[in-house]
Amino acid sequence: MNQFVNLPDANGLFGSFGGRFVAETLMPLILELQDEYTAAKNDPEFQRQLAYFQGDYVGRPSPLYFAERLTEHFGGASIYLKREELNHTGAHKINNCIGQVLLAKQMGKKRIIAETGAGMHGVATATVAARFGLPCVIYMGATDIERQQPNVFRMKLLGAEIVPVTSGTGTLKDAMNEALRDWVTNVDDTFYIIGTVAGPHPYPAMVRDFQAVIGHETRTQMIEKQGRLPDSLVACVGGGSNAMGLFYPFINDPAVKMIGVEAGGKGVKSGLHAASLNGGTPGVLHGNRTYLLQNEDGQITDAHSISAGLDYPGIGPEHAWLYEQGRVEYVSATDDEALEAFQICCRQEGIIPALETAHALAEVAKRAPTLPREHLMVVNLSGRGDKDMMSVAHHLGDKFGVKNR
Amino acid sequence: MTTTRLERCFAALKQQNRPALVSYLTAGDPDAETSRRLLHGLPEAGVDIIELGMPFSDPMADGPAIQKAALRALEGGQTQAKTLEMVRSFREQNSTTPIVLMGYYNPIYCYGVERFLTDAAKAGIDGLIVVDLPPEHDEELCQPAAKHGIDFIRLATPTTDAKRLPKVLGNASGFIYYVSVAGVTGGSAPTPERLESAVRELREHTELPIAVGFGIRTAEQAATIGRFSDAVVVGSALVDCIEHANTPDEAVERVHGLVSELAESVRACRKASERQAC
Ligand SMILES: Cc1ncc(COP(=O)(O)O)c(C=O)c1O
Repeated sequence: MNQFVNLPDANGLFGSFGGRFVAETLMPLILELQDEYTAAKNDPEFQRQLAYFQGDYVGRPSPLYFAERLTEHFGGASIYLKREELNHTGAHKINNCIGQVLLAKQMGKKRIIAETGAGMHGVATATVAARFGLPCVIYMGATDIERQQPNVFRMKLLGAEIVPVTSGTGTLKDAMNEALRDWVTNVDDTFYIIGTVAGPHPYPAMVRDFQAVIGHETRTQMIEKQGRLPDSLVACVGGGSNAMGLFYPFINDPAVKMIGVEAGGKGVKSGLHAASLNGGTPGVLHGNRTYLLQNEDGQITDAHSISAGLDYPGIGPEHAWLYEQGRVEYVSATDDEALEAFQICCRQEGIIPALETAHALAEVAKRAPTLPREHLMVVNLSGRGDKDMMSVAHHLGDKFGVKNR
Repeated sequence: MTTTRLERCFAALKQQNRPALVSYLTAGDPDAETSRRLLHGLPEAGVDIIELGMPFSDPMADGPAIQKAALRALEGGQTQAKTLEMVRSFREQNSTTPIVLMGYYNPIYCYGVERFLTDAAKAGIDGLIVVDLPPEHDEELCQPAAKHGIDFIRLATPTTDAKRLPKVLGNASGFIYYVSVAGVTGGSAPTPERLESAVRELREHTELPIAVGFGIRTAEQAATIGRFSDAVVVGSALVDCIEHANTPDEAVERVHGLVSELAESVRACRKASERQAC
């Protein structure tokens, strides 16, 4: 059976996806990281530290909450929210950052860098860098700096240096290019904490494993509550780390349906979206082969999404593989659908979700009403929406009497 | 056994006891016509081997100068097909100067590897430098290229240690490109002493000629490094000439002007050092 769990292979491949498409300068380091990570996986002391920080510092386990009012509202499936927004720093991102910073320490690295889109990964990285006393540089697109101001301020408070990236569209992809450039230049002392299940091997597998705590907990919690596994799992997909984290521990349970929700922007047909699987083709970028938004000449095209954390023209390679295998269903939600679901969640549950997360909720709005109450649906509430107040005010301001910028 | 253009070029330079001058320009920068004029004038200005960049939207290993060059080229409508066509038309007039295409894998992958290699061989391309294809991915392009008689030029870097070197040299052909500093193109200048020992070290493991690039901007630097390497590569400094020019004519004049200076210095560099040694 084990058809999905033993990947990637030794070369970092999930089928034909993944790999290590990086400059030679980085190769020795990437191979070293792979060895260190493999050792850490089997090192009880590393695992003990990881568990300690996940518990007392991050606040795990996060609750699996039965969203009674949301369930009533949609009038179908029973909806459970995996409350990753309650983690320290307000999103799932820190699960991975804690793991990587422990590795950085172990490898004797003296400096941390990261890219960020919504700023949640940047904040989580700046947080663990502060906690472990390491200087930290965060690359963030100029467009994203504009639309995620609260997170920019948080990162500065935490002592990180923010480098605005103006190349390209000034979003996540450009921030990642710039972080990679920093990395090859400072390869000796710097650890690059990639924020999602993308990049060269071993990152996609390593980030997935650090995030898999989400799915492992969900499994235990659902069995405690309902005595059985959930029927479906729903998560938004930017690079795909919160989705992989929830899905992976269920990947060989064929009865558990999995749905990944890409950012549909103004609609996949409009061309203005960030849906790499639903609207892209295979290619090679940022160290791995995966589905990308690109033109026929292999030039990467701009992604469009109301949510900075999903505004990326690629997706983690394991998702590309699961998509082609048909194990996970990938759909998309538009900006407007996400905004609508965002408001429903605020009003029905008193939880302000991140705009990224609102894409998952938009799919719940479509799917839950068609299903019976016995259907147990888990949604990854990947982050909280405080950071999105400015964007949402901009889009919904009139309705609430808030002056638009 | 037939020799390749690159082999003939390096053999001739060995006779003359001087290093090769390798220029880098991005195809289609600043526009198709100016780029064509730039390319066609390079051998006359003194370039021995031409590196022609295939523009990519996300040049992760390049600094600002070459990033901007790629953007200018793409905004001007440059495509893989147009780059191959540029080389084909260059070959109608010049059948001796080796041309190596340099860039990233994705535009080749999307063009289709087999189709690309067929068209590249037909156009008269001698080698490929693909920054994001380490030896771990040799089956993607390196091995297929060999079947089409196209050299796959491998990068060795300051981080390539003794353990990794055999892997890097394994399927290498044409020449070895030693990246002088860990970093992106257009970055800081390398220190000649460290470089010289790195090149000497490399020579013990390969018979292939060794080119040095990254951070070489001036005739002096080219001369210093040309004393102990088989080729010096100048890229960002040439690309900067294009950025700073106000007109296409000025771009052509400035680029070819700098090439001439560099060419003069690589032609004199070993003579000067011999004299010093005496
Ligand atoms: C709250 C939240 N959810 C989801 C994402 C998307 O990332 P991923 O797909 O890796 O989970 C982000 C990224 O910034 C985020 O901040």
